[in-house]
Amino acid sequence: MTALERLEAQSVYILREAYREFSRLCMLWSIGKDSTVLLWLTRKAFFGEVPFPLVHVDTSFKIPEMIAYRDRLVRSWRLNLIYGQNRAALDARRTFPAGALSRIECCKALKTDALVNTLSGAWPRYRFDHAQDRYVVDANTEPYTGVIVGARADEEGSRSKERYFSPRDQHSDWDVGDQPPELWNQFKTDFAPGTHVRVHPLLDWTELNIWEYIDAERIPVVPLYFDQGDGTRYRSLGCYPCTTPVESTASTVAEIVDELRTGKFSHVSERSGREQDKEGDGTLETLRRGGYM
Amino acid sequence: MNVVIVGHVDHGKSTVVGRLLHDTGALPDGRIEQVRRNCERAGKPFEYAFLIDALRDEQAQGITIDAARVFFRSARRRYIIIDAPGHVEFLKNMISGAARAEAAILVIDAREGVRENSRRHGFMAAMLGIRQIVVAVNKIDLVDFDQAVFAAIHREYAAFLDEVQVAPAAFIPVSGRFGDNLVTASPRTPWYEGRPLLEQIDALAGAGPETEQALRLPVQDVYKFPVRGDDARIIAGTITAGRVAVGDQVEFLPSRKRTRVRSIEGFNTAPARTAAAGAATGVTLTEELYVRPGEVMHRVGEAAPQVGTTFRANLFWLDRNPLVRGRRYLLKLATTRVTVHVKEIVQALDADTLERTRAKQHVGRHEVAECVLETHKPIAFDLGVDAGLVATGRFVLVDQYEIAGGGIITEFVSDLSESLREHVRRRAYAWMDGAVSGGERAERYGQRPCLVVLTGSVHPLLVRVARDVERELFGRGGAVYYFGLANLAGGLDADVAREHQSSSGETRDENIRHLGEIAHFLTDSGQIVLTTVADIDGYEAETLRILNQPNPILVIRAGEDRHGVEADLVLPPDLSPEQAAAAVCRRLRQHDRA
Repeated sequence: MTALERLEAQSVYILREAYREFSRLCMLWSIGKDSTVLLWLTRKAFFGEVPFPLVHVDTSFKIPEMIAYRDRLVRSWRLNLIYGQNRAALDARRTFPAGALSRIECCKALKTDALVNTLSGAWPRYRFDHAQDRYVVDANTEPYTGVIVGARADEEGSRSKERYFSPRDQHSDWDVGDQPPELWNQFKTDFAPGTHVRVHPLLDWTELNIWEYIDAERIPVVPLYFDQGDGTRYRSLGCYPCTTPVESTASTVAEIVDELRTGKFSHVSERSGREQDKEGDGTLETLRRGGYM
Repeated sequence: MNVVIVGHVDHGKSTVVGRLLHDTGALPDGRIEQVRRNCERAGKPFEYAFLIDALRDEQAQGITIDAARVFFRSARRRYIIIDAPGHVEFLKNMISGAARAEAAILVIDAREGVRENSRRHGFMAAMLGIRQIVVAVNKIDLVDFDQAVFAAIHREYAAFLDEVQVAPAAFIPVSGRFGDNLVTASPRTPWYEGRPLLEQIDALAGAGPETEQALRLPVQDVYKFPVRGDDARIIAGTITAGRVAVGDQVEFLPSRKRTRVRSIEGFNTAPARTAAAGAATGVTLTEELYVRPGEVMHRVGEAAPQVGTTFRANLFWLDRNPLVRGRRYLLKLATTRVTVHVKEIVQALDADTLERTRAKQHVGRHEVAECVLETHKPIAFDLGVDAGLVATGRFVLVDQYEIAGGGIITEFVSDLSESLREHVRRRAYAWMDGAVSGGERAERYGQRPCLVVLTGSVHPLLVRVARDVERELFGRGGAVYYFGLANLAGGLDADVAREHQSSSGETRDENIRHLGEIAHFLTDSGQIVLTTVADIDGYEAETLRILNQPNPILVIRAGEDRHGVEADLVLPPDLSPEQAAAAVCRRLRQHDRA
């Protein structure tokens, strides 16, 4: 087996384990390359089917091409997509782009709070109705007890310490100092009422692995990852006020793979274009302890 | 290749990893400068360990709390280095890290020498199945590159590893701080003739998938998805050993159902005729068998897994609450989940001193013990000590939602039906008979007591029929009682569900055993007991049969037979509930006359 085949098999195993153990399971789909690979692995695991809903947190500041791409795949793959949003903050213009919050506070309001409340069912969920071809408010407000997330250990320090199955308490808090043991493909799948589990099938994948796999499987990704015609492209996708493109003329998946393997990005960390990471020390750990993905 | 770094706290594991990353150019640009700036701001000296110990608490306390995955590439291959914590408090994190590794680097401080966790980690790595261990004697700069110090540690630790039956690949004098013998040979240890650390790791053999063994495909799940447009059930799972091809005759254990492989399934891939160890795959079968997750598929003609309930195992315990003899736990082995209890604690072992204690009632946190375990239902397994079949030969125990320990099966002991029979013999021996005999009761009620089990896939229908039968027999003056599994769940077994909170399978095993005991009381009092069990399997029917002794049971099935259980009466699917009830009453009259 190649290294990539091993990674694929392990992720498929984890996805099947999650599906077997959690009746109220969903997968976060950020539209980025990682969670799109995760979606592809799901189709691998379930022979073409995606047997649980995909949840997208829409900050309303996503680059428009991302939403267009999302809805295109939802229609063509007949996906069960749900999105949630912090409507109150957006309506009151309590955001970083509006000048009311710092980047970190904005992440917390538009991403973390929206995510936590969408997962718990406290805030409205908008489900794509394929018959009506539009989003409708979802009648189901049951909390999800298992949430599949595309986090990778090589992204930053606190993610390098994650478990494949990582418990969160009632407040979505992550106790990093006291994580459950995990061995021989046996994970924490028994849990107390009120808690939920984050499932991380991509922990062992690197950014390079992700692109190698996209290349091998011919997975469609958002065109924003390729040279936009001006010698820049996005390496990591987020909200447009806080994500800057990198200088690169890579216009195919193969060129991106080369860039990462031996080229200009082989020594530059992926999140270097994410502005919120630069404010203070251990920022992402703080966000993640509070429920950020 | 996954490599874990283990050893005693403060012996410099994270520093070795951090320096290795630095010296191989694996760090992103600006990372070192960023960590240096953070150190300056915090007013503490820069350490390579801070590259790895990313959590705030780790940097504040200067220790590793949880195992980190670190990615890097040598000229030979890609690595995931797992930097495990050395403090005994975080042993479960060390084990989580080590369980994923194919090789271990064990770090020993040249000044401090072999310490408690040097031994404990070496022992645990061996127990977890890591056969390739490289010992790095670190901080060699702090003992002035003294060969004698290195040789003394080498002697002492090699002797320890020998006792736990591990042959180390190498002992290497290194300095994590200055990089001696990490990537290149150090001129400051001219007496050392071996390879530097990185070269040594590159020389280790990578563990490939076990394709040359007998086939083992633990069934993870069974899917039937409408999107495919067919009705075929796909048996999904990861092959842990061997290979399988379309057309192979296969058997599922413990149910012993046999059929052939019709197809090997995939998505976005060319149709495959074969699949081998390591593949997360799916197969369809030529016959639509009802197979459960947790069964193991093997190839007829190859060495089969063991099937049974009782085995001997070496286990380690991680939970604050000790492992207690007789107490129930959830056992997870490959894809099986089953209730288990510890029958016997043969001996406990201190992983540091290797001291043994016999005849214990419990196993404490961080202790290792040899135990006999008994599952409450037969499972398929292998001996974890057999090379190549480890994946189906090791397990974890779950207590109160948490993985509390793990173990490796060393020996097959005996079967459950044997121990159930033993239980019934003891029960009969201790039983106090009343003044009225069973014969007198049979004469009074005009019936022979028995347990009637209605089974099938449509549970509400079964309940309807059972209650009609009860009404009919009662009307005729019989002593009859309907007792459903639901009555147990809310009453006697309310604690079972709470205690385990596990999948419904384990709760059901407990329910069946209690049902058998209750039926024994009621039939002993001369009554006919009616119960309904959805889709009873052969093992469950056998459990009820043994527990209800000396009175018999009658199995009455409505609908499809999914488990090959022999029924005393089969109700055709076209019968109305009334007709079905009448048929059951006729069968019971027959039983009374027999």
